[in-house]
Amino acid sequence: MTAPTFDLGTLHGGLRLPILKDESTAQVIQHVPIPSQLILPLAQHAGEPAHPIVSIGERVLKGQLIADADGIISAPVHASSSGKVIAIEQWPVSRRLGENAPCIVIECDGADQAVRLSEPIVPFEKLGPDTLFQKVLYGGIVGLGGAVFPTAHKLMEATTEDLEHLVLNGVECESYISCDDMLMRERAMAVVVGAQILLHALRLDHCFIAVESDKPEAIHALADALTEVQDERIAVKQIPTIYPSGAEDQVVQLVTRKEVPTGGLPTDVGCLVQNVGTAAAVYDWICSGEPLISRVTTVTGDGVVAPMNVVSRIGTTVADVVNFIGGYSERAKQLIIGGPMTGKSVTTDRVPLVKATNCILVLSDTPPIGAERPCIRCGDCAQVCPVLLLPQQLFWYACADNEAKLRSYGLTDCIECGCCDLVCPSHIPLTADFRSAKLRMRELADEKARAERAKHRFETRTVRLEREQLQRAQELMKQKEQIKKAGPRAIEEILERSGKPSGPDKDE
Amino acid sequence: MEFERHDAPFLTPKVDVASLMRQVLYALIPALAAHVWFFGPGILFNLIIACVFCLGSEAAMMKARRRPVQAALSDYSAVVTAAIIAFALPSLTPWWVTATASMFGIVVAKHLYGGLGFNIFNPAMAGYVVVLVAFPMHLNLWTAPRMGDIDYQYPTIIETLRYTLTAVLPADLGFDAVSRATPLDQMKTGLSNMQTFDEIHNNPMMGSFGGRGWEWVSNFVALGGIWLMFKKIIRWQIPLGVLAGLMIPSAFTYWANPGVHASPGFYLFSGATMLCAFFVATDPVSAATSPRGRLIYGAGIGFMIYAVRHWGSYADGVAFSVLLMNMAVPAIDYLTIPRIVGHEKFETWHHKSRT
Amino acid sequence: MWIAVATIAGIALIAGLGLSFASRRLPPNDDDLVSKVDGLLPQTQCAQCGYLGCRPYAAAIVHEAAPINLCPPGGEDTVQRLAGLLGRDVVALANSAQSDMKHSIAFIDESLCIGCTHCRDVCPVDAIIGAHQFMHTILADECTGCELCLPPCPVDCIQLKSAA
Repeated sequence: MTAPTFDLGTLHGGLRLPILKDESTAQVIQHVPIPSQLILPLAQHAGEPAHPIVSIGERVLKGQLIADADGIISAPVHASSSGKVIAIEQWPVSRRLGENAPCIVIECDGADQAVRLSEPIVPFEKLGPDTLFQKVLYGGIVGLGGAVFPTAHKLMEATTEDLEHLVLNGVECESYISCDDMLMRERAMAVVVGAQILLHALRLDHCFIAVESDKPEAIHALADALTEVQDERIAVKQIPTIYPSGAEDQVVQLVTRKEVPTGGLPTDVGCLVQNVGTAAAVYDWICSGEPLISRVTTVTGDGVVAPMNVVSRIGTTVADVVNFIGGYSERAKQLIIGGPMTGKSVTTDRVPLVKATNCILVLSDTPPIGAERPCIRCGDCAQVCPVLLLPQQLFWYACADNEAKLRSYGLTDCIECGCCDLVCPSHIPLTADFRSAKLRMRELADEKARAERAKHRFETRTVRLEREQLQRAQELMKQKEQIKKAGPRAIEEILERSGKPSGPDKDE
Repeated sequence: MEFERHDAPFLTPKVDVASLMRQVLYALIPALAAHVWFFGPGILFNLIIACVFCLGSEAAMMKARRRPVQAALSDYSAVVTAAIIAFALPSLTPWWVTATASMFGIVVAKHLYGGLGFNIFNPAMAGYVVVLVAFPMHLNLWTAPRMGDIDYQYPTIIETLRYTLTAVLPADLGFDAVSRATPLDQMKTGLSNMQTFDEIHNNPMMGSFGGRGWEWVSNFVALGGIWLMFKKIIRWQIPLGVLAGLMIPSAFTYWANPGVHASPGFYLFSGATMLCAFFVATDPVSAATSPRGRLIYGAGIGFMIYAVRHWGSYADGVAFSVLLMNMAVPAIDYLTIPRIVGHEKFETWHHKSRT
Repeated sequence: MWIAVATIAGIALIAGLGLSFASRRLPPNDDDLVSKVDGLLPQTQCAQCGYLGCRPYAAAIVHEAAPINLCPPGGEDTVQRLAGLLGRDVVALANSAQSDMKHSIAFIDESLCIGCTHCRDVCPVDAIIGAHQFMHTILADECTGCELCLPPCPVDCIQLKSAA
């Protein structure tokens, strides 16, 4: 069941990060009690935000649909517990780093009464793929690895390609984060059955569950679950513990030995990747009727008193979660949603925990500011880049705003993993610079497109004006010739008709 | 509770430029001790003078460029330049020669090109070459290594200091009495006088394989370099490139005609080969950046050292080789860009780049 | 020594003659350069530079050594890019009145519009649609903010707003 590690592809570069997961994995997942208020942002997923279908004052039940998917790529939002909708208003959210976004606020009544299911639960083997896709869409399932792409759409788009493998991503290579590890340890069966549901929906026969080799308990739990279900199609593959082997393109490279083409997706090389948490969420919805209303989150860092993993209802504020685990330590200075390499620091702990919140990291020290030195061209950044880019050259061209060179040196392929930042002896904030360079490139591309359009319209107009002028001149010449042919009598006729006295001195 | 906002990543990098440079200096300490043991305390005085002038000119230039002075001085890069200059010059060197090398290296080769990170040429080598050409006589005053068995008067510490400050030799020692040809000099003159390699090598001054005294300094330099490689401060590509680029042609010619050519071992351990391979060529700013590029860069330097030693008129070609390959670095970098993951091949080779 | 001096001077003379011959008899492909310069201009076609559109200005820059700082919509970015392409000095914008409003778009106040078509006929990129005595409107996606439509309007119903 557990595939040996030597038949993996190779990953260039990467770093061995300090693991820092011992404290948070020392105890089982704790359950955060239902808070007094749940704040549910309408935009918890990639694509168009959902639009609310409840009104203020309305009573809602746990699992009830409160906001519907809107547009081609979107996902619905469900109430995480029963209560009354007291507001639909702006609230600070982590997606906007503490700035406001529209949210539905529910005051919980504590009863946690679940909504009745609209249809009975059917064993998933009896459902066709299209039905499954619709159900997954309706359940609000999105990618829980961080990208929160609506799972139903990912599955539906994938069926148009030649797929060979389903890969469940349980790699979790970033320091501190251990939510997927604990999920696999405690709910391995949910992950495995989730894999079976996805295999059935995609009509595939191969599934790899990729787990890093520093998670032996999770690997054992999965192996035990696989022994129980006796499913030959699913195998666990161990990945070496190097960051960023858990990034989607990198997992594909390691497991299938194929490189995802630039600008493409894993489905271009026959592979569909889902996070293990997403698979468990699919299981919960299809087999138990519970939509995505809770998730496992790691709460850790030296800014909290007791690091641990918790499962909490979506919409619980970070403040409530931290309160539950024991509160902040005196040194808490930075609140980061996500991991230390790719996470975002937010300004307030009033932000709610959303579908994307895999980690709440509270740190005591802030990065040293103002210590940036000139690049000494040591080349260490190129050594660790998993995409084989040359960050020192990209940095040069980003400073020079040279869009053409940035494109040809592959800036758009940068996965923003942060490895180059960590090894730079001059402490240059490379990833942040690349992010702004990408924005700038997009701006410039847009400007160029606008300029091209304007130029095209201007040229078309110039041609049109010239043509009209030419036509007018030709018509005039024709008229003149006709009049000449007709002779002087014709001019007099024209003048009589128009009622003007004949004579000389008429100007054209 | 409210918090501050910063950008990822939130793990602190463990390396920084100052600690890198400091470790390079530590790696040179054994070699410095060997040098003092064999050739007297002159190198220490040169080191002090070089440090003073390197740091002084760096501070002056940073002030003139209206940049923060403390930040530049605290990254120790000027001290590393001073150390290399001190190793390159003879131990009996008047202070103004050392000062000129230091000031030219820092002011012209480093700051007039843009400062740390922007210089094309290795500052230490540029400074050395200037004084090599401008003060030829002073740069030929090489002392003999400490040996009990030859008739040689070693200048004392006070006499060394006096010479360094005033270029006045002790009364009883003339210029010819103090200076001896280096092993490389001897090898060159010997070979051009049609002596065989073995005959030249039998001279006790030639030591066991690279020249008495010099081979030990080279050993310690190499040890320091290997320690730096273990600590991943320098990567293996450049040292291997230099040594291979020097060893392969010399092995070939030695195998073809052993009598008339010096052995590869001699080439490797004499003169400044080891210093170049591990400390000079590995200066990250003036070297190539991609791993393949570094191999080519190192090999180019190695081959040029061989070329100058074999066909050129200077005894040791390290400085010229390094400067020549510095010029080739932009081309090497451009031609060794790795293929990005997910791309078929590097596309700029196909496009005509606009602007 | 004199032979050396004479040799070097001779080489310099020959090289100089060769270069001047090349620059006179083998002119560079100007059209290419005009297209390149045109590619750097913002294509607003507003004629604020004094030329009838961006391409004529580009041609003037290449052929008549027109100053490169006459384009307000392009702003300082364009001056710097032109300087880089042509090897000329960067100078301040000649008319810095308008360089702050990036991507402004014209809007017609429909309550005032009388349908006279004066603005429509003047727009260099045909971004205004409307027939005689019918309501006019400006296609926001195509408007370059060149302001040429503002003076002809007899009821002053056109305003510039910054693109949100």
